[in-house]
Amino acid sequence: MNQSHRIPGGQIDRTKVLRFTLDGVPYWGHPGDTLASALLANGVRLMGRSFKYHRPRGPLSAGSEEPNALVELRSGGRQEPNTRATVAELLDGLEAKSQNRWPSLRFDALAINDRLNAFFAAGFYYKTFMWPKSFWEKLYEPIIRRAAGLGSVSRQEDPDGYDKGFLHCDLLVIGAGPAGLMAALTAGRAGARVIVADEDFAFGGRLNAESFAVAGGAGADWSAGVVAELATLPNVRLMARTTVLGAFDHGIYSAVERVSDHVAVPAVGKPRQVLWRIYSGRAILAGGATERPIAFENNDRPGIMLAGALRAYANRWGVAVGERVAVFVNNDDGLRTASDLQAKGVDVVAVIDSREGGELLPGIRHLRGAEVIDTSGRLGLKAITVRQSDGRTEEIRVDALGVSGGWNPNVNIHSHHRSRPVWDNTISAFVPGADGPPGLLVAGAAAGVMSTHGALRTGRDAALAALESLGRKAAAIDLPEAEDAPVRITPLWHVAHGKGRAWIDQQNDVTVKDIKLAQQENFTSVEHLKRYTTLGMATDQGKTGNVIGLAVMAELTGRTIPETGTTIYRPPYTPVAMGALAGRSRGREFKPYRLTPSHHWAAEQGAVFVEVGNWLRTQWVPRADETEWRQSVDREVLATRRSVGICDVTTLGKIDIQGTDAGAFLDRVYANTFSTLPVGKCRYGLMLREDGIVFDDGTTARMGEHEYVMTTTTANAVTVFRHLEFCRQCLWPDLDVQLISTTEAWAQFSVAGPNARRLLAKIVDQDISDAAFPYMGAGNVTVCGGLRARLFRISFSGELAFEIAVPTRYGDALLREMLARGAEFDPVVYGTEALGVMRIEKGHVAGGELNGQSTALNMGLGKMVSRKKDSIGMVLSQREGLTDPDGYRLVGVKPVDPLGKLTAGSHFLEIGAASVVANDGGWLTSKVYSPHIGSDIALGYLKAGDRKIGSRMRAVNLVGGTDTEIEIVSPHFFDPDGERLRG
Amino acid sequence: MRYSGFRVIAEALTGHKGWKPVWRDPAPQAEYDYIIIGGGGHGLATAYYLAKEFGQARIAVLEKGYLGGGNVGRNTTIIRSNYLLDGNEPFYEFSLKLWEGLEQDFNYNAMVSQRGIINLIHTDAQRDAATRRGNAMILNGADAELLSRDQVRAKYPWLNFDNSRFPIKGALMQRRGGTVRHDAVAWGYARGADMRGVDLIQNCEVTGMRIENGRIRGVETSRGFIGAKKVGVAVAGSSSKVMAHAGMRLPIESHVLQAFVSEGLKPLIDGVMTFGAGHFYVSQSDKGGLVFGGDIDGYNSYAQRGNLPVIEDVAEGGMALMPAIGRVRLLRTWGGIMDMSMDGSPIIDRTEIEGLYFNGGWCYGGFKATPASGWCFAHLLAKDAPHEKAKAYRFDRFLKGLMIDEKGQGATPNLH
Amino acid sequence: MIIHHPILGPRDAQEFVYLGDATLIDRPDGMNAGTEAFHDYAYNRDNPAGEHRELWYHEQGDRSWLVVTRNTVTHEITKVELARDVARAKGRSK
Repeated sequence: MNQSHRIPGGQIDRTKVLRFTLDGVPYWGHPGDTLASALLANGVRLMGRSFKYHRPRGPLSAGSEEPNALVELRSGGRQEPNTRATVAELLDGLEAKSQNRWPSLRFDALAINDRLNAFFAAGFYYKTFMWPKSFWEKLYEPIIRRAAGLGSVSRQEDPDGYDKGFLHCDLLVIGAGPAGLMAALTAGRAGARVIVADEDFAFGGRLNAESFAVAGGAGADWSAGVVAELATLPNVRLMARTTVLGAFDHGIYSAVERVSDHVAVPAVGKPRQVLWRIYSGRAILAGGATERPIAFENNDRPGIMLAGALRAYANRWGVAVGERVAVFVNNDDGLRTASDLQAKGVDVVAVIDSREGGELLPGIRHLRGAEVIDTSGRLGLKAITVRQSDGRTEEIRVDALGVSGGWNPNVNIHSHHRSRPVWDNTISAFVPGADGPPGLLVAGAAAGVMSTHGALRTGRDAALAALESLGRKAAAIDLPEAEDAPVRITPLWHVAHGKGRAWIDQQNDVTVKDIKLAQQENFTSVEHLKRYTTLGMATDQGKTGNVIGLAVMAELTGRTIPETGTTIYRPPYTPVAMGALAGRSRGREFKPYRLTPSHHWAAEQGAVFVEVGNWLRTQWVPRADETEWRQSVDREVLATRRSVGICDVTTLGKIDIQGTDAGAFLDRVYANTFSTLPVGKCRYGLMLREDGIVFDDGTTARMGEHEYVMTTTTANAVTVFRHLEFCRQCLWPDLDVQLISTTEAWAQFSVAGPNARRLLAKIVDQDISDAAFPYMGAGNVTVCGGLRARLFRISFSGELAFEIAVPTRYGDALLREMLARGAEFDPVVYGTEALGVMRIEKGHVAGGELNGQSTALNMGLGKMVSRKKDSIGMVLSQREGLTDPDGYRLVGVKPVDPLGKLTAGSHFLEIGAASVVANDGGWLTSKVYSPHIGSDIALGYLKAGDRKIGSRMRAVNLVGGTDTEIEIVSPHFFDPDGERLRG
Repeated sequence: MRYSGFRVIAEALTGHKGWKPVWRDPAPQAEYDYIIIGGGGHGLATAYYLAKEFGQARIAVLEKGYLGGGNVGRNTTIIRSNYLLDGNEPFYEFSLKLWEGLEQDFNYNAMVSQRGIINLIHTDAQRDAATRRGNAMILNGADAELLSRDQVRAKYPWLNFDNSRFPIKGALMQRRGGTVRHDAVAWGYARGADMRGVDLIQNCEVTGMRIENGRIRGVETSRGFIGAKKVGVAVAGSSSKVMAHAGMRLPIESHVLQAFVSEGLKPLIDGVMTFGAGHFYVSQSDKGGLVFGGDIDGYNSYAQRGNLPVIEDVAEGGMALMPAIGRVRLLRTWGGIMDMSMDGSPIIDRTEIEGLYFNGGWCYGGFKATPASGWCFAHLLAKDAPHEKAKAYRFDRFLKGLMIDEKGQGATPNLH
Repeated sequence: MIIHHPILGPRDAQEFVYLGDATLIDRPDGMNAGTEAFHDYAYNRDNPAGEHRELWYHEQGDRSWLVVTRNTVTHEITKVELARDVARAKGRSK
């Protein structure tokens, strides 16, 4: 194709050619083009299909408000659906595909919907598709789902990276048109830290699209000069291709910078986009205004666009959308399109002005008091029908029509805190209301000040006010000379003549008839209107259509527009890629890894790891001859019980608690007593929440008179510490007690088994005989000839066991030393699976039982809750619902047949009882295979379980299809008298 | 006026001139037998069932804004009955059964669509918990299945199976779960209630309660005093504000929950999916938008808008699970106010004031509960006795230690 | 949101963990008060639409518990205190 519609002028670089395709057809354009401007330059008006009726569509706008010209850009994993051709920067080799059409853009089978439009009125689907009942899901909905949607997702991983960043400034300027640039210049010259963000790739805003002069020269030249000066100021950051998305609390704004969307592939190491969180002292919204169309019959054909867009294509991009052009306006601004196009040599065949007194342009046929009442041209505009003031109608052959119904200030961001915009009669539009986000000022067209002079002035003044409120001084800059035309508009929302459909929301195919039906059915609140007709819910977020829709509703209900009201403006200002919001948190980088001190050793052995929160723990360590995980786990368990095993338990939370009141403090945070614990001893502690439910458990050792070391579960390490700080600071602020989390400071290993002491004796420098270091002993020791360490004689496995801790950086070395020096005992390193087997054999509660729903009584630990002292949770743990004698009790479970399989999560049912909730006795909390017992074993919570020891029941797993006869036993399967651990 | 396909065709051929208002706009009468405060989903359902199932008359619904403007108009449209605990599961299963016949019952297509919900499992502990839950569901007469990793992969092969921080190990599935067109629920109930003579009064804010000798006499409103024999409050999100008119403090905090929708896309996700290793759940609407959400913002708020950290957190969860959505654009975010109760479960109960009844504390599970909540609240109002399926939802459960704490987080509302 | 920490200055709220109403400082004495008092303390809330004194914990910081006075409708923060100081002012000690 040639560039049949290219005309002289514009801000494109004609020395370079960029080749691109739409649906495989090759075209070319220039740097500075958008995909839409380049297609229009090639004479292509048809770019998309509408959502419901699949109407042929071309661009309505030249900006981010575009409802129609949506394409799938790029291919493969980079395929991006629903991209607005009007803001996609052209680049060499760009591939675009039209979407929501089949088989092709020109011949779309679902355009049948347009023929059947009478049946597809607003909300028709609420009234039908109900019979027969099953047909909705089987027939109607699948058809609707296939037909709906716009662009498609490739289902491949997005290969590009995204990033996030934080920025701080005194003043954030949103929009770099005349108001924004003047604000930035004022603040920048005053030395304030300024960020200027604009969604466009070129600064200047409307100055790039208009022909009028600023400071005696082209507007774009003035803005280029200002940008050049701003670029020299080290305190000013200019951010093009950056859309401010939303206003959050306390001066925080989000913005997305499209770093690499204008190149084929991001440069090495560069992200595609960056999400910025901007912390501002003050902000100025200078986001301009968006033109709105007028609704008339068949006002949606390719070639019909906003008047301001028509002249933007001519002035900025050197494109004449049509060869014979007309303009339909209700205000003076639209007339600029006629004069600009005429000046560029385009044949402007008529100005249709709905007003009686509009300005006359020399040399152009001007129809006053006239309206466009219909159009023709199946895939592109061919002619318009005009009704003149005397009622005569006339068909005028045109291939482009500019429509201007006035301009809506872009109040969106100012309304992100739910401030309601207010109606301004002088411009017939909503302007920012009171109670915007604190610290946000508004300038220029966004504030309803529509002239260039007004934009420059209010931009400067807003910056002065912002800086003054920050306690900074700034000089008022002289304003450059610029037009200061008043807004002259006589509202016309829709043309009453004509029986057909007049579009308001072009993407979602909401027409004036739909608004009328909504009113007829009493969906008259704006929220009902939006939700019933889908007005404003398309990807353009109603930027061009919403106000027209509610104006029509106002007219129908006899209310004013402000009485009718607006819906809520919410972030983002324009749709934003999910990838940008996620940044680098994806794939394996979704969350950080916490590695244990033995991780590298374990990795060398080919260990299998398991995610435990953010930790990676060793799950088991297979040997070369082991093909099935149970072989490894059974071996680890048996070897530990036979000789000695070592397990990395660093992930347990560790908290040092010191101070003269440390014992008293522990008495209050634990259900049992710690102040009486002798120095050098440990005790098992049970911690409740204030509601009496068990929060956590662990052992706490008294290392000195005023010095304790607490351990917590891995899962609750952070929350227990937070809770203790709450108790210390908020409940008992004068207790002399200090806390520090040492979870990361100490590498800790459990050494368990009959040979545990013998092995450790080769490591620990001091005497650790039973006499010197009895069961539940604790103390500071040294290892390997002087390295400081902590030793605790505690057991989770039921074996003679110690836990030994050294500073984390020595953890790896300690493990290797223990294995080397203790080689004669053939020590095994065991993982979390073997740990789980041994703790269940021993009947210790852990994750499955510490579920945040269970009491000490449920766990068989009711007697641990001392009532002789106040402690967190003590009072509420006594409530009747928590002390039910028939409530859940921890029990052990064995299959009657040793080959029988148990599954955690199975429920207890009596033998012969039906599988209904009335017979539900509780559930199996944890299950393992016990090589010691020789069968599956489990723990469970069983109603009145303490009275059912010895009885037979069933463990029923309905989701797994198993039903196993079981025996209820004591939860202490192994060495119930604890002889081994005291050995 | 009865809706049907024939009617739609007939109206299409005659210019849609015959469609009548879906509801009237009556002026408030001086007195009613029943006033329901709150014209959201639960309030409208309550009025509908009071009139239809319990044969009551002289009913008004007072709504401070527009009908359906409560959280029924601002949610992620999911229905399911995959609860664990005895106090909850029978109620939510009752609700799901009501959903299954709702459209024929109120003659409005709310697009109840049981395309299934899967809760992804990423650890052995989650599988144990899902097994317990699935069994509890089946024992309560609901459906549940445990899917293997391969079964999940066959359904959604483009999820992140090969490069994940937390591998997908399976899922708990409820095939009868799904989605419903949320606004249509409010409109269907409103229309059905209006047809049965219920006065739906919009733009009528309750500003006070008239209580004499421990008995409710009526409510002060922005449209004057309206007398009532019984008053039911169903204003989740604003419960504390409204009940303060009766001098009551509640075991409830108000928190903001954000939700999200993407631009329209061709079909990608059939049912509902929840990520088990992050805060993210998603479905795709019939129009093609991905509808998703995550955690509440976490601080008390009535602002009906949230902040950036949660938006980022949800997107991170989404990208971790579905790396193919990087170039899908988030279209709109919104924030609603949740009645976060102290155990994460709702309250449907009498109050200490005779004739004043309360329905609230729905946390972010209120939408799926709409039919059963309305039915059970209507039962309570009409018979002055709790419905069998909602009898656990008492105020005094906290005093008695009978909490219904699905998440096991205790009296910390922002963790539920 | 930004919380002006009394010791550390302005900090992003993301560094903090929220707990709830600052009345959680007013824990009854378990040896004197009974279930009713603890029930009211643990479960019931004013939950105001407007000014709210609430507890935040600087977990990604200095581990201070703070009492933040914040408007739940506008999110405006008007005062930030160390919770320890507030607790002492309420008469709490050991």
